[in-house]
Amino acid sequence: MRLEVDISSKAFTNAAGKRHDVLSKIAFTLEQGEVGVFVGPSGCGKTTMVRILTGLDHDYRGRVSRPEPLRIGMVFQEPRLLPWRSVEDNVRLAAPNVDAAQLSSLFEVLELSGHRAHFPGELSLGLARRVALARALAIEPDLLVLDEPLVSLDAALAARLRAQIATLLEGRPVMTLLVTHNLDDAVRLGDRVFLLSARPASILHAMPIAKPRSARSEADIRETRRTLARLCAAAG
Amino acid sequence: MRLLSVAIFVISWWIASIYLGSAKLPAPPEVLAAILTEAKSGALFVNLGATLARVALSFVLAMTLGTAIGYWMGRVRLADRLGDPWLILLLNLPALVVIVLAYIWAGLTEAAAIVAIAINKLPTAVVTLREGTRALDPALDEMAAVFAFPRGKAFRHVVLPQLAPYIAAAARSGLALIWKIVLVAEYLGRPNGVGFEIGVAFQLFDIPLLLAYSLSFAVVVFMIETAFVQPFEARLSRWRPRAA
Repeated sequence: MRLEVDISSKAFTNAAGKRHDVLSKIAFTLEQGEVGVFVGPSGCGKTTMVRILTGLDHDYRGRVSRPEPLRIGMVFQEPRLLPWRSVEDNVRLAAPNVDAAQLSSLFEVLELSGHRAHFPGELSLGLARRVALARALAIEPDLLVLDEPLVSLDAALAARLRAQIATLLEGRPVMTLLVTHNLDDAVRLGDRVFLLSARPASILHAMPIAKPRSARSEADIRETRRTLARLCAAAG
Repeated sequence: MRLLSVAIFVISWWIASIYLGSAKLPAPPEVLAAILTEAKSGALFVNLGATLARVALSFVLAMTLGTAIGYWMGRVRLADRLGDPWLILLLNLPALVVIVLAYIWAGLTEAAAIVAIAINKLPTAVVTLREGTRALDPALDEMAAVFAFPRGKAFRHVVLPQLAPYIAAAARSGLALIWKIVLVAEYLGRPNGVGFEIGVAFQLFDIPLLLAYSLSFAVVVFMIETAFVQPFEARLSRWRPRAA
């Protein structure tokens, strides 16, 4: 089970008929159980890349080979829950085969047990994100895609959710593609970090982080973060 | 509150009948007596039943077709382009024309009446549902696509709840339209129903009878509105945060 991506270009044509290049060369492979983190400036085309990889956008040049069938669990930037279904129903609709014990432990880790019967409109953004995460994990995905899962949460909340994601990934390793503009997310969660250029995005560096997530000390994390920041600065 | 507004209605009616004279506007007791006579003979229920059956059939027909066509026109651009001129024509065609033509082409039959009523309601249902379909959230469609929702499930849990307010609006306005048109269709070409009886009362200048049927009909409409339409709307919007 691996994901092979070789995109050579992707462009949009705007209403005035002008062509905008969003992606240039993006080639990488993700292995079973590997967490690949894509870091790049806001608006560089990360979400466009994600849409191509998840099969939502077919209009690009290049090739994406995904094993078929591939179960994709995705956390969108906005939670995209169904407002007319309860938290539990939102998860169960995506994952009809999830068993009660599995669901309970997932809700337990994400601190959602008390919110099962709530409607998404009654939740804060942080809670809604966690429901979206529960939904993505409940289907036992072959590929987990997280598009800026921690953006616009305050620092403490983001750190807590980041820790929860780490716990869940330890419990059940899954091939994961995490998109972020935050270096902290990258060095704490990633097995490999890909630095993206500004628009049109291409991969500038691919940096593996050898030490397993759970073994990383704060000093390791600071060190890796410094290296990454240097690469970013060098890239301009 | 409702009782009060009904009381005000009856009192103003009574006062008006005193000024106009009972030949033009009979007082409430006189109309009540006419209602009771018709009820005792059973004619009231036969006619109300006939009218209600026509309303139900043409409502279901128009809503089903209207929802399907509206959804289709909202999703498929070509269908929208092809259907739009028809829609404009039907929207602006007077109800009387449709009814008379239906009777001429299909005879004075039950089917002609029901189809004619349905055709009058159809275009407004199509327009409302087309708007609803255009307003569907593409973000949720994408969510359903990534999570590989089967078609039926996506329609039921993702699309239908978004269309529900539009379906309710179409049902609400459509029902009002049908209540108005059904009597015309009956008046022109049916041997029973509230519209037919009102036609008879008009020819005999029997104003108590005329008012007896009109009022009974209004009461039935009111009961259906409060017993079915309003609870249905409330149920559909139960997930929405309450408006202050």
